[in-house]
Amino acid sequence: MDLQETQRLLSVYLHELADLFHRVPGSAIFLRYVKSSYQDDPIRSAVELFLFLFAVRYLLAPKYSTKPGVVPLTEDEIDDLVDEWTPEPLVGKPTDLEEMEVDKRTVIVGPVGPKSKLANGRTVMNLGSFNFYNFNTNESLKEQAIQTLRTYGVGPCGPRGFYGSQDVHMKTEDDVSAFLGTTACIIYSQAFSTISSVIPAFSKRGDIIVADKGVSFAIRKGIQISRSIVRWYEHNDMEDLERVLAKVTKEQARKPLTRRFIITEGLFETYGDMADLPKIVELRLKYKFRLILDETWSFGVLGRTGRGITEHQNVDAAEVDMIVGSLAGPLVAGGGFCAGSEEIVHHQRISAAAYTFSAALPALLSTTASATIKILQDSPETVSQLREHTKAMRAQLDPRSDWVYCTNAPENPIQILAIKPEVVVAKRLTPTDQQFLLQDVVDEVCPVKLLSNVRPLTICQCLANGVLITRLKTLEDNFEPKQVLFPALKVCVTTGLTKKEIEKAGTIIRHAITKVMSKRK
Amino acid sequence: MPRRFSSNSSNDTSTNPPSFSPSGKGGISIKTPTVKSNRLSQLFSSSPKSKVESVQSSGNSQPNASSPPISSASLSLPTISLSTATADNPNMDELPQTLFQPPTPEEARRLSKQHAQFGPIGHPSHRYSSRHPGGVFPEPVMDEPPYYYLLTTYISYLILIAFGHVRDFFGKRFREENYRHLKPRHGYAALNSDFDNFYVRRLKLRINDCFERPVTGVPGRTITLIDRATDDHNQHFYLTGTTTDTLNLSSYNYLGFAQSEGPCADQAEDSIKKYGITAPSTRAESGTQDLHIEVEDLVARFVGKEASMIFSMGFGTNATIFPALVSKGCLLISDELNHASIRFGARLSGASISMFKHNDMSDLELRLREAISQGQPRTHRPWKKILVVVEGLYSMEGSMCNLPGLVQLKRRYKFNLFVDEAHSVGAIGPKGRGVCDYFSIDTSEVDVLMGTLTKSFGANGGYIAADKVMIDQLRATNPGVFYGESPAPAILMQISSALRIISGELVPGQGEERLQRLAFNSRYLRLGLKRLGFIVYGHDDSPIVPVLLFNPAKMPAFSHEMLRRKISVVVVGYPATPLVSSRARFCVSAAHTKEDLDRVLAACDEIGNVLQLKFSTGIAGGALPPTEQPSPPPELEKEYQHKPSEHITPPRWRIEDVIRRGVQDVKTPLF
Repeated sequence: MDLQETQRLLSVYLHELADLFHRVPGSAIFLRYVKSSYQDDPIRSAVELFLFLFAVRYLLAPKYSTKPGVVPLTEDEIDDLVDEWTPEPLVGKPTDLEEMEVDKRTVIVGPVGPKSKLANGRTVMNLGSFNFYNFNTNESLKEQAIQTLRTYGVGPCGPRGFYGSQDVHMKTEDDVSAFLGTTACIIYSQAFSTISSVIPAFSKRGDIIVADKGVSFAIRKGIQISRSIVRWYEHNDMEDLERVLAKVTKEQARKPLTRRFIITEGLFETYGDMADLPKIVELRLKYKFRLILDETWSFGVLGRTGRGITEHQNVDAAEVDMIVGSLAGPLVAGGGFCAGSEEIVHHQRISAAAYTFSAALPALLSTTASATIKILQDSPETVSQLREHTKAMRAQLDPRSDWVYCTNAPENPIQILAIKPEVVVAKRLTPTDQQFLLQDVVDEVCPVKLLSNVRPLTICQCLANGVLITRLKTLEDNFEPKQVLFPALKVCVTTGLTKKEIEKAGTIIRHAITKVMSKRK
Repeated sequence: MPRRFSSNSSNDTSTNPPSFSPSGKGGISIKTPTVKSNRLSQLFSSSPKSKVESVQSSGNSQPNASSPPISSASLSLPTISLSTATADNPNMDELPQTLFQPPTPEEARRLSKQHAQFGPIGHPSHRYSSRHPGGVFPEPVMDEPPYYYLLTTYISYLILIAFGHVRDFFGKRFREENYRHLKPRHGYAALNSDFDNFYVRRLKLRINDCFERPVTGVPGRTITLIDRATDDHNQHFYLTGTTTDTLNLSSYNYLGFAQSEGPCADQAEDSIKKYGITAPSTRAESGTQDLHIEVEDLVARFVGKEASMIFSMGFGTNATIFPALVSKGCLLISDELNHASIRFGARLSGASISMFKHNDMSDLELRLREAISQGQPRTHRPWKKILVVVEGLYSMEGSMCNLPGLVQLKRRYKFNLFVDEAHSVGAIGPKGRGVCDYFSIDTSEVDVLMGTLTKSFGANGGYIAADKVMIDQLRATNPGVFYGESPAPAILMQISSALRIISGELVPGQGEERLQRLAFNSRYLRLGLKRLGFIVYGHDDSPIVPVLLFNPAKMPAFSHEMLRRKISVVVVGYPATPLVSSRARFCVSAAHTKEDLDRVLAACDEIGNVLQLKFSTGIAGGALPPTEQPSPPPELEKEYQHKPSEHITPPRWRIEDVIRRGVQDVKTPLF
């Protein structure tokens, strides 16, 4: 009876279902089609039914991750793992060197000039700032900066693309490009961020970069973020450069043509030595590479009027595709620039991250840059005087010291003093030892803040001398191949001091080095 | 030598007429700044009326601004102020020294210049203090236009792309010289790939005149545009030699500190006299002055952290901080709409990067659970650190981060929290301290507070604030300290005086006024736009007010129409926003007066009608029909908020009603 009842109900439902089906518009056609196409072919019907069922099953199946190696866990297990997980602290424990870095920070009270007052109250000769021409205390420059401040306010309150392009920026761009002899120029609001942004704007994944092994941190960051293929050549070794270029050209011969760049510095940040630009230009033309030249340390320094390495080595600036430089150092303004052809500059206005996504340079720094460029252009004697001073300083240090040598080019106002290799070997100095020793030298010539726990002896002994110099500050990074940090002292010459004072400062530094080094067993 | 100016485009220099420049070749000489300033002072001084006119020129479009704001201020507050009428105080209490006597022409000039940078408050009621009322932070309601507009947007892009390809097709055959730079030449690969360049060449070029508009002078309440024109369809621009004063809704000048006079500028000037122009070195070498330490302490105190460090560039701050915080084996979870500088820094850090949906806390939680339970990919080692990076206020969306939600998750999942307050510091919170202040959350809940000094304080640069131990360690590991140039004294002084004004140490009362006027102005403009029927994104208290335009052609149209009404706005489209949602962005400032905003609303009303921009459905607010409820008590407004679904009539208020009701309704929840 139950069975009959069920059968009856079933047939009623089936009828209703069939009724419903017939009521759907177009159902008759569908039915006719199915009937006609399946009448002689039951296997096909079976296969299609199977496919239909499979599709339904697939659609209804629970979602699962396609990531490899995911361990399925229950919510409780995840909760346990969450409870268990203890992260490392956001910043780790400082090393001795890092601790020293913070403790011994130089603090200047008042203006940065050729003679500056330090936080401990002593006035010292400042050979630590890049104030080579002493523009920083120039009254007429200050007056101009104040005038700009009174017309433009301080900040431009927006990126260049959105109403931050002030007329002063366009003028500075024109001034720099006219000074260098390129057709166009673009300015950025920080020198350090300029090159790291210029490189990835042009060099993308799959492009090729050939770079000097000794390039600065900023360039390394630019190369890192560009994700291009990098080949390194030995520092300033033109034969090795040619070898690498030839190798790359050979490797890439059958592949589609990609952008290729040579990246180097005019004066190297780390070693202070100079690139051989004519040779590099010759090679770049031979192997058809574009040249990105970082003139951060040579712009405003090298050449008869400070136009940089192109002027110094008589190379037409148009032979270099991109000249990147800084307006922040000797020009006492701020920001960086990239000069080149219209095409190159225009491309950066759209695709250089530090340009499009950053606020513009403050107007008063922009006008200061224009003004200092003008001074350099009009009075070449400023530059030649600096060169004289540099020579005088170098004479006190390099040939006369038994302990250190200068790695920089003679024209470079920044003297980079490294401990002689034979001394390093003889005294078995690790790089960290060298850093500490050099810091002792810095303290010797100019005691920083008196701190109770840090080598009180050294500080007390040398209160009589007063020259501010610094260690070459470098930082390790996470980009392969790692650069070996180079322990050295940095002595910056300035024309704000007389030649006599420079010589005296040189003597003080040399004696301090001797004293510290000979004490070390 | 003729100088080339801002050709916004292209490689072909010879066709560019080297035109421009009223200051002409004088630009090269050392006297330039004087030349410039002469021109500028001329601008400001010889035409005080034109300034007033430009403020007034809205007269036709704006019924109730019959008097210029200067006199309206002095009439509405008839008090005699004998002591404070100095250049130190660019504010509403800045009155002519004697009542009922017209100011001398000199005084009038000075005032009009001052008011062009910072408008006087029209009425004491134009203030508001913004604070999160507590409870769950609501998601902003994202309204959507009718499908018609979405469809036409896609079709517009299709047409643009199709046209572009047709033009390329013929151009490459008949005008080969224009395409040479996209092809390999003399054995060098093209700098631009043809494909990558297509968008710039064929789409952006059409509206290039809306970007990089050259300006001069102070970007305060008004901004002076240098007029330019083009003869070759935006390939190159030349300057026509004239300027236009416009109402400035484009600069990030939230608290109105972009001023060339007043206490900030005075102190900045003193600092140049005392300290010189810069400290030409890096912070680690010898570029640290007493001023830097002072300002760092001030910033730390202001944001509520133990210590801080400052840098000369906001972008650079983010680009260098992440490598110092995270490295390989760490996970960085970032909001999908985070700024390019965060992405730049994150990529340099070497950490693994994961993204979560914008402001979506449940998506973040899901990702956290997965990250912690699964560990690092393949090795399944636990992550060393997890750093969640969000922005306080998103510059394209106008939305704030859900800080209460983040803090709750942080307690459970033990990650480190990094908040980028580039836009929110100074602009948000009853005391202007940023998102922590707004949500009344203790700053110790956030590990690292980063921010820029460009936007609210009229200066430049960025800061990182955290515990002292952390900052000390970062001083020895952050590349920005080692290689970045040290911020200039004038900029430091601007920061320091702005911070002291906000906290009330300097010119007491003025900081509070700035904060409250900004909060009022933001809400006022937002409510007005909603009521007019525009789709506006973001949270109610945010000073960034994006108005959705959708169709790409409406971007230049909106920008041009606004410019014709002497208002400068920013329009943004793809790729800064999703393809469909092109928008115009208003950046409200404390320097604006209510009359200024009424002018903006009136202009938007007209343009909205012409361009068919009023397509809101009312779900995001502004939906109260003016005829039914002439003045509903606040309780009723709450009800509307609770039951929005019953009352969805698309809001299309008349501009008169919007202006009439604006001031009182702004102070209730904006629905």
